[in-house]
Order: sequence, then structure tokens, then C-alpha cells
Amino acid sequence: MAYPSNYRYTKDHEWIDVKDGIGTVGITDYAQHELGDVVFVELPKIGTTLEVGKVFGNIESVKAVSEIFAPAAGEVLEANAELQNKPETINSDPHGAAWLVKIKLANPADVAALMDAGAYEAFLTAKGKEASA
Amino acid sequence: MNNVNSKIKKASRHTNQNEGLIFEKSSPGKRAFELPPLDVPAADPAKALGARWRKNGVEGFPEVSEIEVVRHFTRLSTWNYAIDLGMYPLGSCTMKYNPRVNEYVARLDGIATEHPYQPQELSQGCLKILRLLEKCLLEITGMDTITLQPAAGAQGELTGLLLIRAFLAKQGNPRKKVLIPDSAHGTNPATAVIAGYEVENIKSESHGQIDVAKLRELVTEDVAALMITNPSTLGVFDTHIAEIAQILHAKGALLYMDGANMNALTGIAKPGDFGVDVMHLNLHKTFSTPHGGGGPGAGPVAMKKFLEPFRPVPVIVEKEGGLVVREFVRPDSIGKVRAFGGNFGVLVRALAYILAYGPGVRQATEDAVVNANYIRKHLEGFYDLPYSLPSMHEVVFSDALQKKNGVNTMDIAKRLIDYGFHPYTTAFPLIVHGALMIEPTESESKEECDLFIDAMRSIAEEAAKTPEVVKTAPHTTRVSRLDEVGAARKPILRWKPAPEESAAD
Amino acid sequence: MRYLPKSPAERRQMLAAIGAKSVEELFAAIPEKFRLRERLNIPGPFSETEVIDYFKTRANENSSGFTSFLGAGVYNHLCSVIVDTILLRGEFLTSYTPYQAEISQGTLQAIFEFQTLMCQLTGQEVANASMYDGSTATTEAVLMAERVTDRHRVLAARSLHPEYREVLKTYAKNSGLSVEEFGYTKSGMLDFTALKAALRDDVAAVVVQSPNFFGSIENVVAIADLVHTSGALLIVAITEAVSLGAIKPPAEADIVAMEGQSFGLAPSYGGPYVGVIAAREKFVRQMPGRLAGQTTDTEGRRGFVLTLATREQHIRREKATSNICTNQALCALAATVHLCLLGKEGLREMAEQNIAKAQFALGELEKIPGVRRAFDAPFFNEFTIELPRSARMVNSELLKDKIIGPFSLGAQYPELTKHALVCVTETTTRGDIEKLAAAMRRALEQPL
Repeated sequence: MAYPSNYRYTKDHEWIDVKDGIGTVGITDYAQHELGDVVFVELPKIGTTLEVGKVFGNIESVKAVSEIFAPAAGEVLEANAELQNKPETINSDPHGAAWLVKIKLANPADVAALMDAGAYEAFLTAKGKEASA
Repeated sequence: MNNVNSKIKKASRHTNQNEGLIFEKSSPGKRAFELPPLDVPAADPAKALGARWRKNGVEGFPEVSEIEVVRHFTRLSTWNYAIDLGMYPLGSCTMKYNPRVNEYVARLDGIATEHPYQPQELSQGCLKILRLLEKCLLEITGMDTITLQPAAGAQGELTGLLLIRAFLAKQGNPRKKVLIPDSAHGTNPATAVIAGYEVENIKSESHGQIDVAKLRELVTEDVAALMITNPSTLGVFDTHIAEIAQILHAKGALLYMDGANMNALTGIAKPGDFGVDVMHLNLHKTFSTPHGGGGPGAGPVAMKKFLEPFRPVPVIVEKEGGLVVREFVRPDSIGKVRAFGGNFGVLVRALAYILAYGPGVRQATEDAVVNANYIRKHLEGFYDLPYSLPSMHEVVFSDALQKKNGVNTMDIAKRLIDYGFHPYTTAFPLIVHGALMIEPTESESKEECDLFIDAMRSIAEEAAKTPEVVKTAPHTTRVSRLDEVGAARKPILRWKPAPEESAAD
Repeated sequence: MRYLPKSPAERRQMLAAIGAKSVEELFAAIPEKFRLRERLNIPGPFSETEVIDYFKTRANENSSGFTSFLGAGVYNHLCSVIVDTILLRGEFLTSYTPYQAEISQGTLQAIFEFQTLMCQLTGQEVANASMYDGSTATTEAVLMAERVTDRHRVLAARSLHPEYREVLKTYAKNSGLSVEEFGYTKSGMLDFTALKAALRDDVAAVVVQSPNFFGSIENVVAIADLVHTSGALLIVAITEAVSLGAIKPPAEADIVAMEGQSFGLAPSYGGPYVGVIAAREKFVRQMPGRLAGQTTDTEGRRGFVLTLATREQHIRREKATSNICTNQALCALAATVHLCLLGKEGLREMAEQNIAKAQFALGELEKIPGVRRAFDAPFFNEFTIELPRSARMVNSELLKDKIIGPFSLGAQYPELTKHALVCVTETTTRGDIEKLAAAMRRALEQPL
């Protein structure tokens, strides 16, 4: 799967897409692949304040729980309720329909500090080499 | 499928009758158990209970005959693997033979029938049993005093940490953190949190042991204890144990030992001698009480003298003249971790096991260690051995060699089922990626060990030559791989009658 | 030794194959100074006969020959021999936790049936595969309520079993949870005024027992209404599970914590028993312990697996809902078999026999001058009587007639030293009850 060029990416495999001061956050295709079949998603309540790099939720597969880290600071405006009924969307459409939360960015500079698509792909390639070394 | 299973020496388990849920056999008017008639006048439940009367009994409860109950559960039982059928090479589970005499004595009239609140003078038999068990376990562990109250290992761990907390609090500062190696069993960190401590993970060094230099750095006056398993979950005895204890004690911290691996030490060495302050035992592991599909167990906690005042109440005391009593008034006690004193029935079984062996229990330990090393010797080269230190009662391999063909430890485990064995422990300890954790116990004969070795070698060959067979295993079970994802996404946790049936009522 | 399947020759062969000259070599990693030179100082070895003799001797030093009127959380009930027929099958007794579902379908289906029976009994939507016992189930229910509401204050009725309250306090001490108790009325039921006064929006749960420790059946519907106004959860604890055969289940509760010992498990001097947690479906992810779920295999056949394991210690580790690892599978199996044997009609009949015996016993005891019923609330198979003198002393007298008298409440409730909790079940004969009445009459006629 291609990594959308207008998104920014974290080292923990979250993505963020910014429009008019609102950031839509999700996890990347790499992350969903590592997790395996997703069975449950735990997301924060509307109004919660996220801090950069801090845990804001969990994604569960059958055998593991993965924490999700906030790529940027902000207030949660919306959480994707669809994922409660169809957590498998994270596996099938991680960059689109499986967005996790929408936040009002507290500090747009947070996003500028993140990797772009090219840098993220390079990061993944380096990871792959490291693993098979 | 014939040639796929041609190397399997054990007879494959035959497929048994499909059996529905007991509720699906139910039909109004069938009865399985009849009560003797009332010898007092019947009472009107409406009068006795008023609006609280459950007029029609429990809705949906099964109505079946005695023979249907017997057949139902007998058929269900034939779908299970069990120690009585063959080896469970599960690491750190110590699946040893469950002696039947233990079942017999636990059910005796006068043993099974006693009420925990009956007068102590009428419970001397029970109390003497408990006191003797305490003495035997203290002799085995080299500790000073003990509590038999905790219901299982995890509860024992909690009790141990609460004892530590109470002791440190009495000295003025309960401290904040508990150190836990990354190789530890999951109950360790879960328990530490419930005891009100923060968990600090300590990474194992390259041999899977505690990194002593790192430990020295981490032990501060904020650390209450280190929770260690020795031998470790890799089956390796930590030769630095005395030094580890010293580092902790120097800073006023305590050493807690998870006793899950006592099967490597009983009669050979005593944790009390090598610096452990408090530890729990798993009677359902080392001391042969049956797992019964997942419990009950018992997790006694043995400790050094300085922790004695904090023991849960009641404590068992031998008075002059031989009377054994329960004492309830203990001002520094941590309280109770469960009601009624402990899983007496499980404690009886453990004592029966100890009495059967006597001091000869050392032989069991030796046989367990011989079995594990024998298996290790014969599988080295066939499976990757991530740590080269000597194994005690269990050995941990990894699936690194098989991964090349896309076969992982879970697949190998499932294929082992076709060979007539229960899988070993997969994916634990966490410090070994793709682990195969094998503990045969002393209950396995040379013949059974050889069959296991043959099976594992054959599977290694299959992984190399015909990996699909391994990846899609098991092939000979009544059900094939079950959809765990579906079960987690849309949990169905009980039977419900079909809508038409309830409408007809 | 009969449990060890090796001959000396085989041991030698295996050591040779390992390449070790002696067994001692295999323990070389243990520092010399720690390796034991002497044999353990423990009794044995005993042959099978000697093991049995030891325990038979102990069995004769207990309460054989005495009739007991004790309940107070542990009950004597009829139990079919068939429960042991099933429990002693090696495939159940000696099997492991059903992590490998394909070869554990027997255990898993039995657990699923247990979960269903517990839901039917308690009127709740989901139940787990069992907890250690009623006391720890109650504590875990409280911790669950804490997680669900994110509040840290708990109100516990004094009429909740004293040992259950003690266990709760032990766990609460270390978790920042505050536990407050509230009292009972002269009817032996929950004090609504006291509860209302204590209830605020910082309460996570209110814990009550019904029938309570005094035997009184509470008005769960009214309690639930009151508790829910504050946003707290209602936890109902049940120590005598047979009561559910005749009493409406606490469906209005948010969580039910029950002791299942009455279903096919011997009193066994305190354990092992079987705890039950049942709750509303929306709380399932906060529920501790194991859960068996229905699913299908690759061919579409129905099967069962342990599910929602991500709540548990082996995955979440420090973030687990509980540290519990074992459940009480074999005990849960005993309860399941027992309940299937009793069935709908059998349980109802058993419950009604308990009521009849208890009503009869009350009648007989009330005839004794000075003995009165202490609380006027409806009861099931336990009720409290008030005596004209210390209950403990009366019980000492009763021992001379080989009767273990009703539980004296004074030790746990200092205001009730003359009170005793009488328990009769379907196993108590009419003759036993009449003997108790006669002996008690005689005991009360003794000069003080």
C-alpha cells in the first residue's frame, strides 16, 4: 500500500493529515500488518487533551495490545465510532476509513517535526534491513 | 493425508461423537436427580418470600435425565488431552502425574465434610494436616514461616508483595517500585500494580540472566523488591543469586522469588539459603495437585522470620500439649486475602504427595532435570538454542531455523498435536522471540521422551521439506483451527434459546 | 518410587546420552555452598496404604458424629455421586488450561455451559469462567466498578459477610480505594437512611449481600433504584447460591458476585470453592478472569475458545484487569454437572425444601422460653435468633449433646453477643432439628 504523500508520520507508525487546523490521526499500513487481525479499539472521549508522544488509546489483536501515541497535541473533537462495530477496517483501510480521532491542533509546529511519506518509507526500509541483519 | 501422518508413532486420537450443548437436549419434564421426600411440613414459598418469590424456577435451566448427563460429560471429556493420556511439555507448568490416592484422601468423610467455622477442638485432624504441611514446605524451602491461605500462585505473589509492603511501611517507608525482569511470567507485573507499586522492567543480559551491573544501578531506596524466578523462565539457574540478594539487602530492599520452578530445586537447594526473603509455591505445579482444566490451585507463601508478624490471619499455632489452633488476633497482619483460610482440599493433596515421597522427593527433581537435558541434547541442531547456559528442568528453543520457511513456533506446536502430544509453551518467555519452552517433568518415561524427540525431529524435517503440512496443522483433531478473531470481535459468551422457542413458552 | 517411570538402567542410559558422568553435574550451576548434602527432614516415604492411614487417622480427629447447624457462607447440600464420576475422569481431572483449544473442547464447552447457567441463575447478561471464591469475586467486582466509573469510594453493608469485607479491605488498602461501612435496621435489613446519607457522586459501588449475613432477604429493586441515582454501581453478593432456586435473581444489580460452593462442592474446611462474577454485557471488557466464547473452525463447525484474553495478565501484564491466572475450572465443572443433574425442577424443589426446613426449625426454636426471632425480614435457609444469654456459652453446652450449634454472631458483631445464625438445609433431618430444640431448651435451663 502506498503512503499518502500529504500525510505526516511518526516513528511509532501513526499518521496525521492536517486540514484547517484539524488533524485526522490513524495508524499506518505497516502497523496494522504487524498487529494482525484487529479485534477491538479503545479511543479517548471527546474533549480529551492529547499530549505529543503520550498514549491516547489501544488497539487489540487476539494476542496483543498496542498502545497508540499522539503525533501532535490537541483536543479530541471526534472519535471514529464505526471502529467499535467494525474494528477490521483498520486492517482493510488503515489510511482512510479507519481514522481514529480528529483533533484540534494545539501547536501546528508539532506536525512539521514529523516525517513525510518519503522519509517514512525510508525509515521502514532501514528497519527491514536491521531485522534481517 | 496418509503419508502426512505415516511417521506418527502414537495412535491418533479417534474422532468422537458430536455433542451439542446440554441446553439443546433439554425438554420439560425430564429429571436427573430426585430429592428424598420432606420430613417436615411443606412451606408456602409465596408466604415465606412474598414478592421475592421466583415462582417458576430458573428460566432456561436444563431438564435432562441422568443418563444424558453422564453421556454428555463423558463425551465432552473424550475431546480433551490430559496428563493421564500423555506428556504435556509445557514450560513452567510442571504438568506431572496427579496421584489418585490424593483424590481418595481429599474425599474422605471427616476430611471433605468439615466446616471452617466448627470448633477448633473438633478440627484437630484438619489443623494437624495444615501444620504438618507447613513444616514440610518450610523444610523444602529453607524459610522460617509460612501462610497456606492464598488460593493460587498469583494470589501468593500478591500476598508476598503485601507482606513486603507492610514490613517496609512499618519501618517508615513502603517505597515505590518493584523491579521485574523482562523474562518474568505475566502475573508478576500485574500483581505488583495491584499491590500499589510501580513496575520497573529490568532487561535481561545476553544469557537471559539478571544483568547484575544494571541491577546495581537500579536498586535505590525507592525500590521495595526484585521479583525473581530462579531457575529463570529459561530454565537456567542464576549463579549470581547470592550477589543479587546482597545488592538488594544493602539498600534495604527485599528479594521475592516466584517459586514456579521449584521442580528444579526440591531436595537439591533451598531458596532460604541463597538469600530469598519471601517466595510463593505453586502446589498445582511442583506438588502434583491436579490442574483440572484450569484450577483450583494453591499458592502458599513462605518467608523469613522478620516478615512473620505480617502474615495473613488466621495463623496456625501449635500449643503445649499438642493442640493446634488458629489465631485470629494479630495486630500487624496484612489481613485476609481470601475467606475461610485456604484451599484445604488442595493442601491435603499436596501433603499426600509429599508423604508418598518423603526425603526421596529429591529423586523426582533429579529425574526432571535429566529428562529436560536429555530432550535438549537430542533436539540441539534441529531447533535453534538461543542461550547456551546449562538447562535445569526446562529448556527453551526458538523457531529461528524454521522461520526461514515461514513456519513459526505456533505452527510447530499445532503439528505436535497430530503426533499425540500437547504443545509446549509458545511465545513465552517474551525475551525469546518465537520461543519453544519445554518442561517434561519427572513423570515422563524414557519411552515417552523418545517419542517426543522423534516427533519434534520429524516436524523439523517437515518444516524444511513440506512446510504447508505444519502451517495448516492440526489435521487429526475433532475441530480444526478455531477463529479466535471472530470470537474476540463478536463475543458469544453464553447459550441463548432460539427466539421461536421462548415465544412458544 | 511408584510415581517415577525410570529404571536405574534407563537413568544410566539417559545420563550417558546427555554426556554427563553423574546427575550432580547437571546441578553444577548451583553454587556448591547451596547444594544440600543431607536428605530433607520430612516424613515418608509412605506406601499408598500408609498415606490413606495417615489421613483416615486425621479424619477421626474431627467432627464425626456431630450434627451441625452452621452456614455463614459455607453450606451442606445434597450432591449426586455422579459429580465425582465425571470429575474423576482423567481427561477432566488431569487436563490443563484450555489454551490449545483444538484439544480442550471438553473443558471449553463445559465452561461455556457454566457461564450460561450462571447468567440464567443471576439474571445477568455475561458471566466468567469462575474466580477463586465468593470473597475474591466480590473484591474483583469492586475493582471492576472502580475501573468502570473511575471513582474510588465504596460503600459496603455491614450485613455483607465479615470475611468478604475483610478481604475487600486488604485489597483496598493498597489501591487508593476507600471502603466505608453502613449499618442495618432492626429488621436485619439494609439501612436505607444510612445508605442515602453516605451516597454521593464519588461512589464507585455499593456492595450488599442477599440473603445477607443474618439470613435476611434484601429488597434489591429498591436498593438498585437508590444506588443508581448517584451513578454508582450496585454489586450484590450471594453466599448461598441455592437461594436463587426460589428467590428472584438480582437482575437490577450491575454486577453479581456469588459463591458457588453450594453447587456440588464439599465444605472441605474452607476450600476449594468457586466464585462467580456475572454482570451486564457492557462491562465485559472490564471483567477479570477467563471467558470461553463460541466460534467456528475452518470448516464451519461450532467450537469454543478462551476469548478476550487481552484483558488478562499474560498479555497486558501490568495493565491487566486483574492478576488472576487460574480459575477454578474443576470446581466450576462440579457445579455444572451438579446443576444439570438437579435441573430446573430439582433446584426449585431443593430450594423449597430448604425453606420448609428453616420454617419448621424457627417454629421449634421459638417454642423455647426466652428464644426469639431477631429479625422480621423474610429469610431463606438461615435466620437469626436471640437468646437470653451469650450464644457462645449456649453452643458450649450443645457440644455435650454432639451438636455444633448455630454460628454465634458476637465475635463479628459486638452488639449481637446473644444472637446466633441458624442454618438448616435439605440435609438437616426433622430429628436433628427436634434434638437441637430439646438440647437448647436444656442448655437454657442450666443456671448461669
